Amino acid sequence: MPGTNDIRRRIEAVWRIEAPRLIGSLARSLRDFGLAEEVAQDALVAALETWPLKGVPERPGAWLLTTARRRAIDILRHATLTTRKHELLEHVMSDALQAGGDPTHADDEFGDDLLRLIFIACHPVLSTDARVALTLRVLGGLTTPEIARAFLVPEATIAQRIVRAKKTLADKQVPFELPPTAELGPRLASALEVVYLIFNEGYAATSGEDWMRPLLCAQALRLGRTIMSLAAAEPEVHGLIALMELQASRFAARVDGTGRPILLAVQDRSRWDAGCIRRGLAALARAEELGGADGPYVLQAALAACHARAEQYEATDWARIVALYTRLASVAPSPVVELNRAVAVAMRDGPQAGLDALATLADEPKMVGYHLLPGVRGDLLERLGRLDEARAEFEQAAALAGNAREREFLLERAAGLRRGD
Amino acid sequence: MRFMMLMIPGGYDQAAPGTMPDPEAVRRMMAYNRELQHAGVLLGCDGLHPPSMGARIHFDEGQGRVVDGPFTEAREVLGGYWMIDVGSLAEAIEWARRCPAGANEVIEVRQVQELADFPPEVRAAVTDGGSPC
Repeated sequence: MPGTNDIRRRIEAVWRIEAPRLIGSLARSLRDFGLAEEVAQDALVAALETWPLKGVPERPGAWLLTTARRRAIDILRHATLTTRKHELLEHVMSDALQAGGDPTHADDEFGDDLLRLIFIACHPVLSTDARVALTLRVLGGLTTPEIARAFLVPEATIAQRIVRAKKTLADKQVPFELPPTAELGPRLASALEVVYLIFNEGYAATSGEDWMRPLLCAQALRLGRTIMSLAAAEPEVHGLIALMELQASRFAARVDGTGRPILLAVQDRSRWDAGCIRRGLAALARAEELGGADGPYVLQAALAACHARAEQYEATDWARIVALYTRLASVAPSPVVELNRAVAVAMRDGPQAGLDALATLADEPKMVGYHLLPGVRGDLLERLGRLDEARAEFEQAAALAGNAREREFLLERAAGLRRGD
Repeated sequence: MRFMMLMIPGGYDQAAPGTMPDPEAVRRMMAYNRELQHAGVLLGCDGLHPPSMGARIHFDEGQGRVVDGPFTEAREVLGGYWMIDVGSLAEAIEWARRCPAGANEVIEVRQVQELADFPPEVRAAVTDGGSPC
């Protein structure tokens, strides 16, 4: 007989696989996303109680769906039986009878449920934090404690975020439906944004102590692939996957053993993950074939690809990078893009050209307080031999940096100049 | 984590060249593949022609000795594979359980070795030679 831990692990695995299918199917038949999510969670709790004693049922998905449906019927019965509730109850019961508790309905229907689920979890009426938490919960099958650990916040914070999100969706009467065609573009963009936020949340953490953070990157990639399976003609979906794969390829090389960041220029490129690069370049090619070369994610992926293709830093195609940043600045203008463009200009034409490109950014209100601007200026001044000015820039950058590791790194660069090395 | 689900169909060791799966089985398998895709876990999958169309190269005498298929000594041969990206072995096993496989088929679930799994000296040997794969 398997141990309790084995069963627990198995239940978790079943849940990861079944959660979206279950919640999607329930939300459609209940016409109530919040209730669907609630009774699905109840079914999970029931499984955690029952399966270790009685064993995992032959068809765990069907068991979960039946249990959740019964729970929904109970809740609806106990609620005041308004006409609408009554109708709903009849609907659920007939649905339960017809389906015979089998969640493996037609595949197209599941695809649509999944898409509805993505769109409702990533709905623009929700705050970004709420979208992220809800997406991880209903599509990734993560539990509240897991999400809390991944974001390094208390469990209660995540629980509250999810409750509030469901309340907002109910208050605004957001239906569990596919958006009208005219809204599809922006709604898809919102979903992709959530996916990339999840990825960055995992990627930005350099500590390496918490195993949940890389898990966020993996989750984001899976979510991206899910969206790709449903919207394969959308170049930006492929672009985002390419971008995430190419960034993930540097996972092992971008920090040292103590978690200090290693600059792209000096990363050991043999430690870049060749599988990620291959998948990333393939996704990028697909995006370009679909005519999406000027999409913001596709352009960012194309930039990451320039680095992935260069066997050494010295072999980087800086002219192409400048061209890509110029295009990116025109389709998605941002001071950060301008900053990166200036860095690329410096690499192509020398540090003075880079400083000239930066000059226009100094007055940009969005750049005030952004530590990378003085950081880059310090670097370029150092290369021009203007060491006193460089030192001042590094010190200013350190004062603005929010991350302790980065601050330490910038102060070291400033101190290095003081010592005159 | 990447896992391979290796499909081992019973009797495939002696299957005649050009043996094809039946359309109904393929339809079921395609639905399963779509499920894997919808879940965002599928990285790739392929079916393999029977061993009677392939060969084995034995290195018992230091140099390759080629034996054309079918292979009399082999009982369990591959019929295909899926490469999936999931969070745990338990999840890979759970996916394998859901496969609409036939009664005489076996799926072996194996984790793919990542660079990070290797001890430093092995890692160095891998990275010294560039990164061909």
